[in-house]
Amino acid sequence: MNVTADLDNRFRDAAAQTGLLDAAYDIVESPVGPLLVAASGRGLLRVSFDPEPDRELEYLGRLAGPRVLRAPKAVDNVRRELDEYFDRRRNTFDLTLDLRNLTPFSVRVLGELARVPYGETATYGELAARAGKPGAARAVGTIMNRNPVPIVLPCHRIVGSTGALVGYGGGLERKEHLLRLEGAMM
Amino acid sequence: MTVIPPFETFYAEHRGLVLGVLRKRLGAQRAEDAFQETFLRALAAYGRLRDAENLRGWVLTIAERVAIDTHRRARPTDELPEVPHEDRRPAYEDLGDLTDGLPPTERAAVVLRYGYDLTYDQIAAALGSNSTAARQATSSGVRRLRKKGQP
Repeated sequence: MNVTADLDNRFRDAAAQTGLLDAAYDIVESPVGPLLVAASGRGLLRVSFDPEPDRELEYLGRLAGPRVLRAPKAVDNVRRELDEYFDRRRNTFDLTLDLRNLTPFSVRVLGELARVPYGETATYGELAARAGKPGAARAVGTIMNRNPVPIVLPCHRIVGSTGALVGYGGGLERKEHLLRLEGAMM
Repeated sequence: MTVIPPFETFYAEHRGLVLGVLRKRLGAQRAEDAFQETFLRALAAYGRLRDAENLRGWVLTIAERVAIDTHRRARPTDELPEVPHEDRRPAYEDLGDLTDGLPPTERAAVVLRYGYDLTYDQIAAALGSNSTAARQATSSGVRRLRKKGQP
């Protein structure tokens, strides 16, 4: 028996409204490809490039709990802010984040990362120093690579000591795209 | 013990089946509300699931309970259930027809026992009673059906 799109959507909206979901997600189209965005009742959990649904669902299930459902309405605010960002109508995100299962150092580093302004860059070493561990540039690189909410937490603004882009979890092309969008690269 | 799949996976795998069963029991229109209620109840209980064995039986149990509640609430309507087109129908669909005249609890017990092959404990959980009561409801339903079948 085929469930119509209308009935399916009504259930997804209703499920999101109950507040029972551990994580609600949707796929958001963007100039850097489709993004999977996921949120709990507490805030944004995940932004993911090149999403493979099965793997992402398992990840969200382990991270937040088994009640994971695609529920577009529940991430409307994330979609809107990302759209505005890609339209150059937004420089900072006003989203609450739900960052779980992170070490205290990761939380400090990501907190400092959030303060790197739109259109500017910092080096891995500088970010390590701001988080209280100068010399931990390599550890900071790993934390950037595992950033659960790229774009929103702008790990694309962190570059090597020579100014080279070095690496990006979503691929260097995307890092370049985002930096050009922000006017940080000519 | 098996890992509980993400709700999305469970929902995608069972939504068609649940809607089909509910249409058969309630007709197309009331089936839509019952469909929502079934999966919302499933969602509410999903966090307490300890085992992913027989999720199919589990969600059909919930659907059956929602169908019973819908019948209890509803006034009789003119709407007729959809006539299925398939030649080979699952056992629970045949039972749905055969048990049409039974009291709701007995009907549910018979359908769950012989259509879905649930244990008396599972039926008791579905009906909010105990397994002795579930067994009694099943056997009195069967007795009633036998009487009905006699010329």
